[in-house]
Amino acid sequence: MPSLGADMDEGVLLEWLVRPGQQVHKGDVVAVVETSKSTIEVECFDTGTVQHLLVEPGTTVPVGTPLAVIGTGPQATHPASAAPRRRRAPVPARPKTPGAVPHKAPAEARRPAPFAPDAARPPAPAPVAATGPLVRHLAHDRGIDLSAVHGTGPGGRITRTDVEHAAPAGRRIPASPLARRLAEELHVSLADVPGSGAHGVVRAADIRAAAEAAGTVTASAAAPAPVRPAPARRAADRATAMRHAIGALMARSKREIPHYYLSTTIDLAAALEWMHEHNRHSPVSERLVPAALLLKAAALAADQVPELNGFWTEDRFAPGSGVHLGVAVSLRGGGLVAPALHHADTLALPELMAALKDLVARARTGRLRGSETTDPTITVTNLGDQGVESVFGVIYPPQVALVGFGRVVERPFATGGLLGVRPVVTATLSADHRATDGAVGARYLTAVDHLLQKPEEL
Amino acid sequence: MNRTEALEIVKDSIARIVPDADFTRLGPDEKFRDALEMDSLDFLGFVETLIERTGLAIDENDYPALTTLSESADFLVTRAAGRAGQPPSP
Repeated sequence: MPSLGADMDEGVLLEWLVRPGQQVHKGDVVAVVETSKSTIEVECFDTGTVQHLLVEPGTTVPVGTPLAVIGTGPQATHPASAAPRRRRAPVPARPKTPGAVPHKAPAEARRPAPFAPDAARPPAPAPVAATGPLVRHLAHDRGIDLSAVHGTGPGGRITRTDVEHAAPAGRRIPASPLARRLAEELHVSLADVPGSGAHGVVRAADIRAAAEAAGTVTASAAAPAPVRPAPARRAADRATAMRHAIGALMARSKREIPHYYLSTTIDLAAALEWMHEHNRHSPVSERLVPAALLLKAAALAADQVPELNGFWTEDRFAPGSGVHLGVAVSLRGGGLVAPALHHADTLALPELMAALKDLVARARTGRLRGSETTDPTITVTNLGDQGVESVFGVIYPPQVALVGFGRVVERPFATGGLLGVRPVVTATLSADHRATDGAVGARYLTAVDHLLQKPEEL
Repeated sequence: MNRTEALEIVKDSIARIVPDADFTRLGPDEKFRDALEMDSLDFLGFVETLIERTGLAIDENDYPALTTLSESADFLVTRAAGRAGQPPSP
């Protein structure tokens, strides 16, 4: 169970999106985990073949618990999430599947029986008992009753192939939870839908396409509208858990981080004029909102002042690799999450806008990826839409800075010796005094200001 | 498009963005952005949906007309009538 944020101690494994025997690559989404704050798609951080799934869906396990075993090469079998707590017998390589990456198997692993731990024991009288753990596990995963399977192996043993061929109709089709829910709602059979996700995992879009093709769906249901899954009581539990998680993390921040705070007022006339001009010539799908410009400026400034972009760990500052801008997203029904816009400083404004829309939508429907919850190197909170003029935020440990933008308001503002009414925004910085001093923070806010005066360069 | 249809489109478009919006507690002259806590991205999504559903041109200058349910419905009716009376703009 990976740590999907500084505030996470445990997680519920909701669903596996892979099966034993499946090839996976680094970065593939392999499982869905629920934390107190969100439902998160967990990405695999290794490439290889899934050998065991160690944790049943629905189980709550602490961070650090091995979730699955991935074979990455000859003998290189190790739990995917943490070091094994006990020594395992080496798991022999599976019979190669067509298309699998060929690898040199050690002599021991070339033995035909795919269940080495049992191979040395005398055969037990009941065929089911003689079945190896890999095969039992596979059968369990697929919901197959081994006593009903005819064994074709030596001495009537049930082999992997027997299980794979048994009752394929009852096989659990890999699909995302959203897809499963939609399939039920729209009366689409998962088995009839070709999956477009990694390794044929059926995604929500596949279900919508299938339902649309079958004509069973109305326009509004077919649209990628946010889905509200949680019944009221579950939502209440979730809200309580989220308050606890936020409370614990923010208390830790205030306990450990000596915050200092800076504030400045930024003239947004140039930026907003540029944005309105852009929007006049753009279809609605490409229109920008002021938040996109503010986020881009915050990201570019973090690149210019790298002392604020990174983490405080082990009593020293570790700079982030790239600017991964955490964006605080308030959730309907309370609470917030601050997932990362990866490499926000390198995204052109339309790209950043699209990425922002996608990120906010997924944050609110509970489909963030693990990397998005763990990667932010600096976070921005934008309370402008909630109507307040300034926000002094609490830093998300182990980050060292948090940028706040308030509401854009029209105020009397003097420039070039003339007083005029101009749109302005209050930008604030909360920063960790262990990592930087006020002069660095001031440099950061000044950089944000300068960037927003040249919106065409954002 | 008559006004009843327009109002339905407005409500549907809001519901797409705020699925748990309770229209029984939202007055026709209440500012729905505030009442439903819609942020700027939500509002943009709402406008996108309106355009998609009606095929009307709605640009940023029109946003102030989309503040309450009542005004939004009136706006759609007027804009649709204007379009029917004129050749389509290039």
